Amino acid sequence: MIEKADQIFVLLGHWLVSFLPVWLQPAAMVLLGVLAIIVTFPALFAITVLLERKGLGRMQNRYGPNRVGPFGIFQPVADGIKSLTKEDIVPTSADGVVHFLAPVFLVVVVFMGYAVLPMGRNMTLVSMDAGLLFFFAIGASTELSVFMAGWSSRNKYSLLGAMRAVAQMISYEVPLLLSSLTIVMMTGSLSLGKIVEAQNQYTWGLPHWYIFTPWGFAGFLLYAVATTAESNRSPFDLPEGESELVAGYFTEYSGFKFALFFLGEYVGMMSISGLGTTLFLGGWSAPLQILGWVPSWCWFFGKVMMSMCVFIWMRGTLPRLRQDQLMNFAWKFVLPLTLVNLMVAATWRFLGAGWERWVICSAILILVYTLMGRSGMRRGHIGPRSYRYAE
Amino acid sequence: MSIVFFAIAGLSVAGALAAVALKNTVHCALALTVAFAGLALLFLELDAQFAGFAQILVYIGAVAILVVFAILLTRGSETPKDGIYSTKWLLGLVTASGIFAVLAWAVLHSTWALPGPEGAPTAAPAVTVMDIGNALMGRYVLPLEIVALLLTSALIGAVIVAMHEKESAQ
Repeated sequence: MIEKADQIFVLLGHWLVSFLPVWLQPAAMVLLGVLAIIVTFPALFAITVLLERKGLGRMQNRYGPNRVGPFGIFQPVADGIKSLTKEDIVPTSADGVVHFLAPVFLVVVVFMGYAVLPMGRNMTLVSMDAGLLFFFAIGASTELSVFMAGWSSRNKYSLLGAMRAVAQMISYEVPLLLSSLTIVMMTGSLSLGKIVEAQNQYTWGLPHWYIFTPWGFAGFLLYAVATTAESNRSPFDLPEGESELVAGYFTEYSGFKFALFFLGEYVGMMSISGLGTTLFLGGWSAPLQILGWVPSWCWFFGKVMMSMCVFIWMRGTLPRLRQDQLMNFAWKFVLPLTLVNLMVAATWRFLGAGWERWVICSAILILVYTLMGRSGMRRGHIGPRSYRYAE
Repeated sequence: MSIVFFAIAGLSVAGALAAVALKNTVHCALALTVAFAGLALLFLELDAQFAGFAQILVYIGAVAILVVFAILLTRGSETPKDGIYSTKWLLGLVTASGIFAVLAWAVLHSTWALPGPEGAPTAAPAVTVMDIGNALMGRYVLPLEIVALLLTSALIGAVIVAMHEKESAQ
């Protein structure tokens, strides 16, 4: 029974496919997996948007949407109908083809990342050896779509937003990759399935998740900072800073194309949270051994939705950074810390089992963090902004 | 030579031709990205996962963005008045076909694959990403370190070029 509940989607897929002739079955199975991803994540996107509007409302001392349906739970449906029926406006001076391609490209690329994520036991669409490499390669292509959107609109705000977004995404991609690299060093594999298997072990009923080690904890925090910047979320949402750039790179998009950008942003956030879950939080494994009977996919989706809640919480709490602060933070603080973390992970590996490595690795990390934070503050990056190109 | 190969090859060639022929410079850069993507797919079709993904990560994720930024930061994407085609196209054509001829000759005259015991070509050995990693960290660690050093010095050099000049320089 427990086994059945765990594998319910896999079994369902096999059952559905069994009606087809044998030579069609592998292709049909893949198609079914793709279909499941394309249906599931937009549905989660709708739930997240509702959660965000309600949650932010509560954080800002108001109710949030409460008109459509009981407690406003049908608000996403109303939003969807609105964006479908809205007029699609393309500026006369815009570059038609590129303007159309940008949102399509973004959504396609963002969905491709899910192909390698293990969403439960035996629930990976394509389990390839270089899964992590594939994810990052695909993730790097989203920058191009952001640039296409900003450039093709022929609008100064759009272009500025796109330039900011691309600069920010390139800067934070380095710490993103380097903080994930510690996991690869420890597991010795780029395959996401193997990374989860390595964490799916228990000592005294507690899991071997990488977040419960000094380097894993530091790596997770650095990864979280980098992902927040990668997905252009508050406090790193300068590319769409509405008080200065209207809406950044998608200012000139309306109707369904705008909805596609919105979808792309949230689905991208979910996929990168899914990767973080897989790398640091044990993927689909249970947080306690005695909870092993709960289906594995529940844990994966639960962890992803928890990450989304943290994203929303941060958006409701933190003010937006300034462009120079953002860049200084990436290159002068986050990047050196990820490099130190790599060294610490290597130290951990070669010290062997025992309590010494816990003390030594934690001490190094805390010391470096404190020293770098102190000296960074003393050098005083906080101050009047210097305009380099607009003097 | 399957249908997949011809589709991918057609895509890459079309992208490369568009990169040369289009009028708007940013369009050319985007067309070049299509050609890069086609090359990556070719690598993947040959089962070279590492080369394929590295191609996507480096060329689409970094080089294409760099090209586009360079275009935007220099003279904009407007077409110059005297047309985009150089007057010395004949010279360019001769150079390009010369290079193509040399490369084609080299490819056609290379041995097909690793010769088997009877001298007959065997299938290429299956190389996984892990093998490449082991080779890079083991046998080829020195070249890797040298490349890393070179790239780091290039990075520092770029930062120095872009740095604020000190007040005393006035």
